[in-house]
Amino acid sequence: MDLTYTAEQEEFRAGLRSWLGDVLPKLPPRPDPRDWPGRRAYDAGWQRMLYDAGYAGLHWPVDAGGRGATPVQHLIFLEETEKAGAPYVGANFVGLLHAGPTIAAEGTDEQRRRWLPPVLRGDEVWCQGFSEPGAGSDLASLRTRAVRDGDAYVVTGSKIWTSHAEVADWCELLVRTDPQAPKHRGISWLAMPMDAPGVTVRPLRTLAGSTEFAEMFLDEVRVPVENRVGEENDGWRVTMVTLSFERGTAFVGEVVACRRVLGEVARAAKANGSWDDPALRRGLGRLAAEFSVLWRLTQWNVSEAERSLRAGGTGVPGTGGSVFKLRYSHARQELYDTAAEVLGPLAQDTGHPWTAERLSSLSYTIAAGTSQIQKNIVAERILGLPKG
Amino acid sequence: MRELLAGRFPREALRAAVDAGDALETGSGGASVVGGPPVVDRVLWRELGEAGFFALRLPEADGGVGLGLPEAVLVFEEAGRVLLPGPLVGTHLAATHLTGPVAAGAAAGELLVALALPPAPVGHLGAADAVLVLGEPGSQELGAGEPGSQEFGSGELGGTGVGLFAADGYPAAEIRSVDPLTPLHLPGSVLPPARALDGGAGVEAASAGADPVLAGADPVLLRREAALLTAALQVGSAGRTLAMAVQHARQREQFGRPIGAFQAVKHLCADMLVRLEMARTAVYAAAVSGDGFETAAARLLADDAASRNARDCLQVFGGMGFTWEADVHLHIKRSWVLAAGRGDTERHEEELAGELLQ
Repeated sequence: MDLTYTAEQEEFRAGLRSWLGDVLPKLPPRPDPRDWPGRRAYDAGWQRMLYDAGYAGLHWPVDAGGRGATPVQHLIFLEETEKAGAPYVGANFVGLLHAGPTIAAEGTDEQRRRWLPPVLRGDEVWCQGFSEPGAGSDLASLRTRAVRDGDAYVVTGSKIWTSHAEVADWCELLVRTDPQAPKHRGISWLAMPMDAPGVTVRPLRTLAGSTEFAEMFLDEVRVPVENRVGEENDGWRVTMVTLSFERGTAFVGEVVACRRVLGEVARAAKANGSWDDPALRRGLGRLAAEFSVLWRLTQWNVSEAERSLRAGGTGVPGTGGSVFKLRYSHARQELYDTAAEVLGPLAQDTGHPWTAERLSSLSYTIAAGTSQIQKNIVAERILGLPKG
Repeated sequence: MRELLAGRFPREALRAAVDAGDALETGSGGASVVGGPPVVDRVLWRELGEAGFFALRLPEADGGVGLGLPEAVLVFEEAGRVLLPGPLVGTHLAATHLTGPVAAGAAAGELLVALALPPAPVGHLGAADAVLVLGEPGSQELGAGEPGSQEFGSGELGGTGVGLFAADGYPAAEIRSVDPLTPLHLPGSVLPPARALDGGAGVEAASAGADPVLAGADPVLLRREAALLTAALQVGSAGRTLAMAVQHARQREQFGRPIGAFQAVKHLCADMLVRLEMARTAVYAAAVSGDGFETAAARLLADDAASRNARDCLQVFGGMGFTWEADVHLHIKRSWVLAAGRGDTERHEEELAGELLQ
């Protein structure tokens, strides 16, 4: 296990730190969480600052306009920006982490020229149209239809859990182009303009009260055939290329943040006297152990990805990702449950950030593959148990 | 190390050791004599010594292997995997941190050095040549408590809390150990007087901090390494019980299919893997960093992984797992014997919580 950083990596860290120290005080005030256009503008402004400083698309390949950073440099970037309290990627999440890398890997030269630079500059926002009301864990069973009509697909169906749909310019959309084929083989990947006629977005209120997600209804939306990335009916493979781009760095910032919050919870407990309860203290000690190991596991997964890249491999983390997500999603819930114990009566005030986080933490064991699906993946692909 | 253990301590040897202890226990009723069942194979112990198990971290100039703690946790993980019996941690620490004939004998695998962390039970005292005692640093007064009680004192240990004593005559009462391969004694409330150690070592019992034999023995470091190496043994056991459960789930058929095809069984196995990987990461990270807090985290997670994986393995095995013949119970019992006592676990948790306030 290599836990040390090279001189080059430390130099990168130092340069980043100094830049963050310069620019963060100049940021405008954060918008109200309910002000979606305001949030988009704020996130776009931050992305533009990253772009001007040469940090945009750090982990993207150089020929796609990125910096071609190694997984470890990406880890350092995420760690340092979180520690410095820099803005989260926000509205640019899908563009930078899913749609962009997909286009970089599978798109034509023309598609790359059209779509990638605006993502890096923060000019265009993407959203994701994958899940459907009837296709959650079993994503490949999706039913949104796309019928070829001349130089366009005519798309009809509905999508759900679409973050930033209200403010997005483009949607990376999975559609069924061959209803007769086996479910994984009849899917195509389209870039759909969100202002096309027939697209209706309805905000979806979560149990946390926020409108992070939206439902999207598509009624005979015409999407040019030239907006298809990859071959027709090859969209499932194209999408898996996207998902594999995470390289174990997906939760770096969050683990750093959780460790900071854990310290804040301990200090709050000390201040309000709940620290005197040995059971609570010991619970905090256990969580400190879990999160320190989750951080090490992250470092390990990322350095494994880097080693794989150097050896000419894919750089896609092996077993670590599912194992990490299974433990992390539950540990995050335990953290905010413990924070609620410390808060006492204040835990019932949704105005307290820990209460809001406690509510949103409930999605972690469901989103991006439920814990039960993750366990199936671990059991079948890592441990080699038979499919049920 | 895995090859050596597979060749010299295969499953048949494990079971033979269990049966030997069993015969003594049920046959003569004389299991209470100090000396106990011969669960440690001295020939194998010497082979381990020759392979560098105990001298792993000594410089090559001193006849060691010249490796570090990260390599040590790997070999301890292998030993834990096959449930290798014997005072592995005590002998390794004596070879690494003491000087003199006992250290040399430990390094070569000629001597067995038990490890005592009062008031916890001491493993393999009967078979051991010497006992390395890690008491509370700074305690000077002997307590008057019963064996195994919190009042057990360590006055003879001097200011550092570290002592080395002959094993025979070390005041302790044998108990019927839950683990057939780890005979246990509860330590008494007094320490033995200084005298020549047996086992051919011919040195005086060392107790004071000024004693040259213990000169390099930093009690904080010894405790931390004892915790980490024990955690590595636990990780090895947790990995083995996962492998056993997976193999069984693939082969055992019920309702016309392997039981591993049922999600309820799959999810048990997936949980075992998560526990194992978390504990293993914790142990490796603590071995590389040498950090006290990371060691505390490693101990907590490894104790948990070993005992809970062994239980889940039993669950996957079903009724067969409840038999003496299946190895599952040996892993459950070893995990219990190796697990930190309640006091140590609390201390680790408190340390980690306290660190959050820094």
